Amino acid sequence: MDSGKKQDSILMSSASRRGFLVGASALGAAAAISPTSVMAATPKRGGHFRLGLGHGSTTDSLDPATFENLYMQVVGATLRNGLTEVDQNGNLVPELAESFHASPDGRVWSFKLRKGVKFHNGKTMDSADVIASINHHRGKDSKSAAKKLLQPIVEMKADGPNAVVITLEDGNADFPYIISDYHIPIMPKSGSGVDWKSGVGTGAMMLQKYEAGVRTTMKHNPNYFKKGFGHFDSAEVITIADATARTNALTTGEIDAMDKVDLKTAHLLKRRKGLKLLEASGNQHYTFTMRCDTPPFDNVHVRQALKYAIDREAIMKTVLKGHGAIGNDHPISSSSPQHASALPQKSYDIDKAKYHLKQAGLSSLKIDLSAADSAFAGSVDAAILFKEHARPAGIDINVIREPNDGYWSKVWMQKPFCAVYWGGRPTADWMFSTAYAADAAWNDSFWKHDHFNDLLLKARAELDTGKRNAMYAEMQQIVSDDGGVLIPMFANYVMATSDKVEHGPVAANWAMDGFKAIERWWFG
Amino acid sequence: MPQLVKMVAQRLALGLLTLLVVSLIIFLGVELLPGDLTQAILGQAATPETVAAFRRELGLDLPPHTRYLEWLGDIVQGDLGRSLANGREISELIGWRLYNTLFLAAIAAVISVPLALVLGVMAALYRNSPFDRIVNISTLTSISFPEFFVAYILILFLSVNAGWFPSISNVGEEMPFWDRVYRCILPALTLTLVVVAHMMRMTRAAIINLLASPYIEMANLKGLSRTRIIVRHALPNALAPIINVIVINLAYLVVGVVVVEVVFVYPGMGQLLVDSVSKRDIPVVQSTSMFFAGAFVLLNLLADMLAILTNPRLLHPK
Repeated sequence: MDSGKKQDSILMSSASRRGFLVGASALGAAAAISPTSVMAATPKRGGHFRLGLGHGSTTDSLDPATFENLYMQVVGATLRNGLTEVDQNGNLVPELAESFHASPDGRVWSFKLRKGVKFHNGKTMDSADVIASINHHRGKDSKSAAKKLLQPIVEMKADGPNAVVITLEDGNADFPYIISDYHIPIMPKSGSGVDWKSGVGTGAMMLQKYEAGVRTTMKHNPNYFKKGFGHFDSAEVITIADATARTNALTTGEIDAMDKVDLKTAHLLKRRKGLKLLEASGNQHYTFTMRCDTPPFDNVHVRQALKYAIDREAIMKTVLKGHGAIGNDHPISSSSPQHASALPQKSYDIDKAKYHLKQAGLSSLKIDLSAADSAFAGSVDAAILFKEHARPAGIDINVIREPNDGYWSKVWMQKPFCAVYWGGRPTADWMFSTAYAADAAWNDSFWKHDHFNDLLLKARAELDTGKRNAMYAEMQQIVSDDGGVLIPMFANYVMATSDKVEHGPVAANWAMDGFKAIERWWFG
Repeated sequence: MPQLVKMVAQRLALGLLTLLVVSLIIFLGVELLPGDLTQAILGQAATPETVAAFRRELGLDLPPHTRYLEWLGDIVQGDLGRSLANGREISELIGWRLYNTLFLAAIAAVISVPLALVLGVMAALYRNSPFDRIVNISTLTSISFPEFFVAYILILFLSVNAGWFPSISNVGEEMPFWDRVYRCILPALTLTLVVVAHMMRMTRAAIINLLASPYIEMANLKGLSRTRIIVRHALPNALAPIINVIVINLAYLVVGVVVVEVVFVYPGMGQLLVDSVSKRDIPVVQSTSMFFAGAFVLLNLLADMLAILTNPRLLHPK
């Protein structure tokens, strides 16, 4: 009651971002800062921005086909642009494309390119660069993580220097989203491929020096085509793997911003003068995944028993210290416009768990659950909490701590029941076709549901948003009730900056303002 | 002296053999680890198709012995090869990191070796005095704490609270010498606290061991001062074991500082090795390990040579 008033007065008295953040933390609001409720101050040019990230390895490379960690994603998003992008408010907007439109069946997509956009090396971007950049991920010899995403492309041709027409094998209303993926930036064509080694792109910053796993230095691109972005004179991205070292670097002013705040000490960091905590709740979620092709998980009642035998609230509060939201066993977060809000939230209910166990013809259940910090930080703790929650229902979970090393090749999609994290995907179709469709390479629950797969195809080609969302809502219900993935929680991205750093609304699609902190933020 | 030269030549030849064996063991070790580079890099995003394409590109589809022999053939000609992960020349990758590692080790050695010697001699001189006790207790305490803890404590007091030193040592290539030294002070102090106890205790023990010998008794009877006896008469004879311990600690400063590198964000060889092992980047692991093994071989050889120079009797074992 009091807090409502307090919030009003804060919003009235101060439109600044900082004021709002202070207010939000005073209210104890752990949830995301709602982007729409913040008015951005006018950005200022200048300054040297230093960003410390808990990612980055000496084995990284500038090839976007193998980008796998936040470090390269942020560097890539600063040096290069895609045809389309997801903006701060979560809307899909054209980036290097000026506009795009689809044929009525969603099969043929035409992208009109911006004219006169220059790469850092002075070359003008044209349709040949776009085609080469997309082809970089296709073909037999591609090792790209985006290969699967771009597989539906059957034909791609230039329509003059400033337009590209892409034909898909089936209609896909989400194709412009897919093309915004961080693996698919536009790079200059070189020979029969693209030049990724030099780091040349069209982005807000130009690469000066890249030392894998250590630091990247970049300087302002005076010809940046996106107006109102790219405020820093120069920027530096530093790998600081150790969370304590990262925190110390921020408190002693060695860096201006950091990712991955240690949740255990976040409340202490927030108290420190000169710093502010920044949270965004997006699609990132943690799961316990059951293989539906392996007994006992092939029985839907066993899966349901487990879904009722977990106290999501308790796990979220303990493992994420409240920096997240509870999940409902489907991967579409409440921040997505496609989220099925009418779906009842599953709660911790021992009686229901027992009932489903009985339906499965069992009086008790003994299973192994594999976890490791590679899966997600705190997954072993979460698994042990789950074990305690499930015990009264007659379910005995034996938690196995797997080695971090090799988790994705030896445990994930191998062991029948294991902890997994997903960065999430911008759209329901993308998420479902990545990990829930029967033929998806990463269908890690080995789940096959005919009606779900039919709906997935239908919804993809449906261009009417209302009808589409109704289908997605039904699919979320099916996944939640029948699927093999138990999703206890969605995890917030928790970052921290010095209070000199200013920004507009912070995107929730990925960490670090959708990877684009360096082009979007400025010094106040 | 010819004996010494012969010994050095023999030891160098043996050293090469050691390196060969080490390279074989490391290659087999990394091969035995689950998964390979393609899976490690693609991680959750690996599909059989992309993994196969990636392996073809890197030649990882060839049998292990072919790859090992190819690597061996190249390195014999002085070519370290390229990193599988990012295609960069390994010599370029290692070059400035090796310099950084040696730089930090040198600073730590410049602080810790004289400190350990002085403290050791003083502790022997004032044996069982409160000074001796305090030195022993404090050095043993600092060696007993894990390195990262010592590092955090130093950062908390000298950086976060006092603000005298930077909390991270992210040195750059074009940084002026003294700036670089300044940035390296905290990691060097951490390493000093970790290695000083070992060297100090050995100095003290070696000297005390000699104090019971007849020639020291003679010096005592001549009426020499205790300081003179220890520094002029005992210390030179105690040098062989002390040198050995110092060199072992130097080797440690070169090869064993990955934790300190991580805490201080120092771009040294340790981080490179750890990253490369976790990504199964075998050529980089091999080359880095060769440097580490080489450092051990050479430093040990150096220790033996110095020991012999200070005590030529060692050339003639009984």
